Parts: sequence; C-alpha cells; structure tokens
Amino acid sequence: MRGVARLAARHAGALWSALRAASGDDAYERYRAHQAARHALEPPLSRRAFYEDAQRRKWSGVSRCC
Amino acid sequence: MMRRISAALLAIVGAIAIGAVALQRHEPINALWILTAAVCVYLLGYRFYAAWIAARVLSVDAWRATPAERLNNGRDFVPTHRAIVFGHHFAAIAGPGPLVGPTLAAQFGYLPGTLWILVGAVLGGCVQDMIILLLSTRRDGRSLGQMARDELGPLGGFAALVGTLIIMIILSAVLGLVIVNVMKHSPWASSTVFATIPAALIVGLYLRLWRPGRVLEASLLGVALMLLALLAGGWIDRQPVLRPLFDYAAIALAGFVILYGFCAAILPVWLLLAPRDYLSTFLKLGTVALLAVAIVLTHPQIKMPAVTAFTDGTGPLFGGKVFPFVFITIACGAVSGFHALVASGTTPKLITNEADVRLVGYGSMALESFVAIMALIAATLLDPGVYFAINAGAGVVGATPAAAVHTISGWGFPVTVQQMQALAGAMGERTLFARSGGAPSLAVGMASIFGSTFGRGLLALWYHFAIMFEAVFIMAVLDAGTRVGRFMLQDLLGHLWQPLGRTSWYPSVLLASALMVGAWGYFLYIGVIDPNGGVNILWPLFGISNQMLAGIALSVATGIIIKSGKLRYALVTLAPLAWLALVTTTAAWQKITSADARVGLFAAANELARQLALGALPPERAAVAPQLIVNQRLDAWLTMLLLAILWFVILDMARICVRRLRGLALRSSSEAPYQPSRLHSAAAQVQP
Repeated sequence: MRGVARLAARHAGALWSALRAASGDDAYERYRAHQAARHALEPPLSRRAFYEDAQRRKWSGVSRCC
Repeated sequence: MMRRISAALLAIVGAIAIGAVALQRHEPINALWILTAAVCVYLLGYRFYAAWIAARVLSVDAWRATPAERLNNGRDFVPTHRAIVFGHHFAAIAGPGPLVGPTLAAQFGYLPGTLWILVGAVLGGCVQDMIILLLSTRRDGRSLGQMARDELGPLGGFAALVGTLIIMIILSAVLGLVIVNVMKHSPWASSTVFATIPAALIVGLYLRLWRPGRVLEASLLGVALMLLALLAGGWIDRQPVLRPLFDYAAIALAGFVILYGFCAAILPVWLLLAPRDYLSTFLKLGTVALLAVAIVLTHPQIKMPAVTAFTDGTGPLFGGKVFPFVFITIACGAVSGFHALVASGTTPKLITNEADVRLVGYGSMALESFVAIMALIAATLLDPGVYFAINAGAGVVGATPAAAVHTISGWGFPVTVQQMQALAGAMGERTLFARSGGAPSLAVGMASIFGSTFGRGLLALWYHFAIMFEAVFIMAVLDAGTRVGRFMLQDLLGHLWQPLGRTSWYPSVLLASALMVGAWGYFLYIGVIDPNGGVNILWPLFGISNQMLAGIALSVATGIIIKSGKLRYALVTLAPLAWLALVTTTAAWQKITSADARVGLFAAANELARQLALGALPPERAAVAPQLIVNQRLDAWLTMLLLAILWFVILDMARICVRRLRGLALRSSSEAPYQPSRLHSAAAQVQP
C-alpha cells in the first residue's frame, strides 16, 4: 500500500496533467501556447470567448451517439 | 518472442472461455466466463485483425501528416495524445443503445446476444469505425455525408443525409420513451431526473460566468449536485405531502420530455446542453468502470437459459424470430452506423498520427461492445420470471399483477406477486410490473450487482443511482440529437427558402426546432399510449435505421477501397455490408409483409382495425386504436423508405465499383495530398 502511495505521489503531477488534458480543462492554456508560438501578433481570445467558441463548434456537429 | 507467447496464451484462454459459454447449456453459467471470452476476443481482434487491416487494407502511414498537424489552429484541429483522443472518442460513441439493446435481446436467452455482440463488433462494428475514421482523417475530417457525395455522387450524399435525419428522429423518440417508462409513477426517479436540470444550469453558469472553462472544478460540483439530487429524491419519496407532487402518469412525462427537448434545442449550448454533457460523461465513465469491477468481484451466475423458446418469434418484449431480430435489436453493441458520424466529425481532427486510428477507432468500439456485454450480464442474472415481469407490456401479459405472473409462470419462468412486491419494495418503488424499455430491468440488475459488492442495505439507492445514470445519459443524447437534427433541417430548408438556412436567425431556429421535436414527439406520444409499451415497435425501427446507416458507411468504405485499387481486400468491408444488408432487408421485409400481427406492421394495423370495427376492444383501447392504426401504417412506410435508401446507396456503390473495374472515368479521389509528418520525424529522432 505504501508503495502505491509513493508511486502515486511521484506521478501525481503527470496524472493531474493527464486528467486535465482528458477532460479539456487545459484547452485554453493550450490555445494560448499555440497562439503565442504561431500567431504572436494577433490578440488572443479571452478565456470566456474561447470557451463559448469551443462549445459552439463542439455542438454544431454530431458529437454524441446512441 | 514474449508477444507471441502472450498472444498464444490469449488464444488458449479465449478458446476455453468461449467453449464454456457455448457448451454449458443445461447448468447455470458464471458471468466471468462470458467476460473472459469477451476480453480475449477483443484483444485478439485488436492484436491481429485490426493490425492487418491497418497495414494492408488502409496502408496506414505513420510518416504522413494528419490534418491535426497540417491544419493545426489550436482550436478544432489540434494534434492530441492518442490516449486522450481515445477517451474523447469513446465518450462520444458510448450511448444508451448498448445498454438497452442487449437487455431487450435477452428474451432470446444469453447466447444469441453474446455471440453477435462479440462477432459483430470484432468483424463489423470496430472495422467500420476504424476505416471511416482513417478515411475521414485522410480527407481533412470530412463528414460521412460529404464523403458519400464526394466519392459516390450527389444522390448518394443526399440519401445519407435523409437517412441520418430519420435515425435522429426515431432514436430521440425511443430514448424519450425509455425514460418516460422509468419515471412513470415513480416520485423518486422523477424528482431526481427533474433536479438534474437545475444542477446542469448551475454548472453551465459556473463554466461561463464565474470560472470560464474550468471543466474539472465544474464537473466535481456537478457530480456532487447530482448525488444530492439522488438523496433528495429518496427523501421526497418518503414525504406523504411531497410525494404526490412528483407522481406522474406516462402521458404527462412525455409532455415534459418533449418540452425539455425543445428548450434544449433553442437555448444557448453553454447553458444546458454542454454542462449536462460534462455531467453525463463523468457519470457514464465512472459507472461503467464500477460495473466492470463489481461483476469481477461478485462473479454472479447467469439465470437466463442459453436459448429460450422465444427464438421462434413469439417473444413478449417484441415479436420476430431470432434471425433477423437479434441482430436488429443488439444494434449499437455490435455495429452502429451512428458511430460513423462521430468518426467523421470531431475525432479525425485530433488524430496526431495515422497509426493511432487502430486504438481510437477499433479500440473504442471494442470497449463499447464490452459495455454491451456487461448490460447483457446485468439483464440475464435476474430470475427470468422477474426479467419478463418487468419488461413485458400489459397488453401482452395482462394488466393486473396476478394476470401477469400467471402468464409468465405459464411460460416456464416461475414468478410470484409477492416476489415482485418484495423486489419493488427493496428498490424503493411501488411496482416494477410492465416497465418496458430495458432501463428499469437493467437498473435492477445493476443494483443487485452493486448491492452484493458494496452493501445490500443500499439497494434502493443503487437502483435509483442506475436510473439517474441512464436518464442523464439519455437526456444528453436527446439534446444533442435534437440540435443536430435542427441544423440538418435548417440546411435542407435553406434550399427551399434561403433565410431558413441561416442557423442563427431566430424564426428559423424556432421553426426547425419545433419541426424536429414535433417529429420525434409524435412517435413518443404514440409509444406512450400504446398498451403494448411502444418499445416493441420503436426499438426494431431504430435498429433497422441504425443498421441502414452502418450499411451506408460500409458502402462508402467499400467504394473507396475498390476505387483505390485494392479489390482483393474489399471483403473486409463487403462481408459485413452483405450481412447487414441481408439482416436489415429481411427484418424490414418481415415488418412490412408479415401476416403475423406481432411482427408485420400492416398486419397489426389491419387486425386492430378489424377488432375496432367488431367492437371487440375495451373502451380505453378503442379510444386510442385509430391513432395506433395510423401510426403502424406510417411506421411501415417509413421502414420501406429506410430500405429504399439503403439499397439505393448500395447500388450506387456497386455502380462506382463496376466503372472502376471496367476502367471507365470516375470522380477523382477526395483524399488530401500527401505531406510528410514533421511531428513524427521529430518523435522518431528523439526515440530512434
């Protein structure tokens, strides 16, 4: 059990970022990194504008199934 | 060497488990055998068949840049780690279908359903999902309809669009019916389901106004609110004053579901649809994982016989012989045409490397099929008498509990009124008789598995947890389906009058939403007033439409494979296509022409009309009979339309193939030109 706890502690950071990536929690940070790298001159969207835009795109196609 | 040994071990264990499932006919079998057989079959299919298809048929090229890399815009085209794409794709394809279908198909016994879930997934469903995913990835993430138009022609594309719209309508109606049957006269279930709406609204506001885009925090908040709703529902159920406020008949609940669907389609997505989806995804993944753990820990005995007498077509849940109806009923758990829409939507825009399609396409469907196997286990571990008492409509077994248990015991599945009352009491319900639709019996099965793993005293809580899980899930699909249907309708209406095609013009939004909700609401209403439960008509219709969509997807795939000069590998998609075409055509033909009123829709309408004319119906049935007659004829015409669309697309594909083989001119391939991947080169340099 202690071994598991130690293993979890060592990988907690990686687990946390995996969870954030899987749930889309870090989408805005990724977008900002992309903008800074590729389109540094354009003003980036705000956090809220980005979230709204992402939801609009996600829900205009088939993204849920039977 | 290690890989060969492990593959050989897998094959041996799988063969033993399948042998045990197939041969233990006259003694109860343990669910672990089915689970083991399933896991081995999926792993073997993934390890060998999927790898072979990726290499030979699709010529998957790890060095070829994907649209996520070429068109990376940080928004919809984003190269994403394959484990995360797998998660997103699985969350998108996993719906209530694989829970409901296998539960209904259990009326034939556990064996027919199990075999088709395994064989159908490994050779059909997984293959379809993976191939469509790769074809769309090679075409910048184009949709199935666009690929049909580009590769077959404008008529094929139009047929795919109409087919998709019809399946959305039938799917929404049948799922609406399933939750109505869950909630009717159940204050606990109704109040919990109602409470999930304000919970979703709160999460929606949190995600937009207070902490934009913090999905994890908001989901945690949402899950806590839902569990609170579950406990509050139990509390309300015990209050004599509050209880009647949430005790509704089916027809009122149908009105609620229809109104809800309309609101969800016209409200901004961030307010209701998106937050509800986050909640349902978390609940879905958590519950599925919990169920797998609980089945392994409790390893229950299956009580349903391997094969029942109802394979002859006299089943109480729905009429029709095991061939073709077990295939139509299982639908999504083995092959789902609907997945082709997702595999040609968001997912291909996230694929970093072509080689990932094996895990994302084939792997996700294998996991989805595994969910179907677990649903089948949960349904078949109930006493068969209990299973039939919950699922059979009052019109089939009799309206009173005494009549129902008499009929069911007469089939050789003993059950008593006391047993059903004790079970309902343990689950915190007044009655469990005639709750058709599959969801309640699945919830009873899940509650007994969870109960024996995590404590028997909480059965009622587990039952309503399972109910909430299914309801939230279903309402998320209703929202999304209505909304997509609205967009498709607006697209079609835009051809008639241009302003109607503008997706943000409010009159057009209201009109298209009302048309869409009205269409599925009509079928839902008819299902609710049908004394046989409605599911017996709607689920086969849904199955036929879903398999028709799979037929369209496999036709597009076959056409592209043959056009690319790989005729010798065309059987990979042609064989499942031929089988689905055979099954769907036979089922549709029987639904249209059968003289047996339990199967044939025209026969049922004529029989009902005859009884009505003779005055042989009791007054409450005579009152709804004219509507049922119209509906059964309409369903028959709809089935004909579905069949016509399927064969139209198949023949269009055949025309393309014949032209290719004769060396005549064809539309050029819509594949995006080859570009070398820089991401892969960089990764290959780091890890040579």
